[in-house]
Amino acid sequence: MSAEFIAGIVVFVLAAFVGFEVIAKVPRTLHTPLMSGANAISGITIVGAVIAAATGTGVLAGILGFLAVTFAMINVIGGFLVTDRMLEMFKKIPGKR
Amino acid sequence: MTELAYLAAGVLFIVGLKGLTSPRTARRGNRIAALGMLVAIVVVVVDLIGLDARLAWGIVIAGVIVGGGIGAFLAIRVQMTDMPQLVAAFNGFGGGASALVAAAAVVGSHAVMPTETAVTTSLSLVIGAITLTGSFIAFGKLQGIVPSRQVFPPGGQTTNAVIALGAVVAAGFGIFADSATAYWIATGLAAILGVTTVLPIGGADMPVVISLLNSFSGIAAAMAGFVIGNQALIVGGALVGAAGLILTIEMAVAMNRSIASILFSQFGGGATAEDIGTKPVNRANADDAAIALAYAERVMIVPGYGLAVAQAQHAVKDLANALEDRGIEVTYAIHPVAGRMPGHMNVLLAEADVSYDLLLDLDQANPKFSQTDVVLIVGANDVVNPSARTDEASPIYGMPILNVDDARTAIVVKRSLSPGFAGIDNPLFYEDTTLMFFADAKQALEDALAAIDAL
Repeated sequence: MSAEFIAGIVVFVLAAFVGFEVIAKVPRTLHTPLMSGANAISGITIVGAVIAAATGTGVLAGILGFLAVTFAMINVIGGFLVTDRMLEMFKKIPGKR
Repeated sequence: MTELAYLAAGVLFIVGLKGLTSPRTARRGNRIAALGMLVAIVVVVVDLIGLDARLAWGIVIAGVIVGGGIGAFLAIRVQMTDMPQLVAAFNGFGGGASALVAAAAVVGSHAVMPTETAVTTSLSLVIGAITLTGSFIAFGKLQGIVPSRQVFPPGGQTTNAVIALGAVVAAGFGIFADSATAYWIATGLAAILGVTTVLPIGGADMPVVISLLNSFSGIAAAMAGFVIGNQALIVGGALVGAAGLILTIEMAVAMNRSIASILFSQFGGGATAEDIGTKPVNRANADDAAIALAYAERVMIVPGYGLAVAQAQHAVKDLANALEDRGIEVTYAIHPVAGRMPGHMNVLLAEADVSYDLLLDLDQANPKFSQTDVVLIVGANDVVNPSARTDEASPIYGMPILNVDDARTAIVVKRSLSPGFAGIDNPLFYEDTTLMFFADAKQALEDALAAIDAL
């Protein structure tokens, strides 16, 4: 196994643990925005998609690259926007109680 | 330098997610995560420009415009009640994008891939393809395009096991023989598996399915990160994988079922059609409900999927306002699996301007029912079914429920006596202290409000 691959595994495991620790503290009331926000973050694959689309040669590579960028951008833009829209609504309204 | 910039993006994701641990900081957190994404995108573009090679920027720009446009359109137009469908669809696009990145790597590789790259490539293809098609079946079920009941493929779960085995064998062949064809076969089988695995899962189990597919979309992204040797993808993907897994486990615990039993087993109740509807119930109309509510001191509202279907979140809030004006304390009890995705009810009530500190968890709500005069159950069924506590033969036995039967009176707003998706009869409906108000949720709440105003 290459050193780069092992470094990748280290990063993966550490990030997963950090993720567990942080996300386990998210209250239930925010679980839907958590999911849509996480969804947007999984759109990080846009980086790979851009590389694939820009450096690919041939028709097939072009089609795959275009679809990859399109799908990832739906995730990124849609995910962050809809999460923002939801979170805007979560309010603590004083004086009720 | 590039690696450090990607690291910064990863740190921004973590800081952003940390913001989501409180409703006060959540919006800023989401924006910090979005900033991390912007950093990553700028870095990759700058990096590519630095390559000084002829690049197909036209394709990138076209994808950004088309994808960004579709994403923005969906995010702005979606109704809050349709949020589970949208999240399901976004999961699918995320998984699909990662599979496509891996596919492009297969097409573009001219040398034999190192084994570890081949393994992560096949994982990215297979997990991404399952996520893509599984999410779209989940979307279809939530949108009502695909039947939300359990639909089994011919041969049932045996067929799924065979398809899964086929995908693993094909992926293994792809890895060891460096065969692109084998990769495509594995991807195709995984895509079929996504369909045939999600079709047999009933609507009420969707919170688990969506959470799991969310996790998969992250893992697929992380695997794609290994394929192209990019740490931003690995960090982002691992975070999302962890988030989805936490939610999946939490949903399964809230149903007292294992993830495997939700995904792979038939689930159903013993109640037959003849059973239901023969026992006497206390029928109530809007006036009866209004009197019970208006003369209470403490009212707890228990929303369920029926509230979302009827788009009754604003009607609930209007009714609660009227009760609060009469000096009545109104709170909301939210079961973790109420609705079709984690936190579904909380978002709907937030949309209706219900203050989030009035929304009580299972653990917070249960001790309070005995001091509650009226529990108003709107479109919820299995999560308030006392047989989960008392009937060992019940399929939901052991599931933590909201103990609404501890309250002095329970008003159940429901279209009819028909059992929920699980086909389980609910003894709550036949209790002396339960009033059954048969109506559409929104109509019922509006009529009850009118009756309270007329008192």
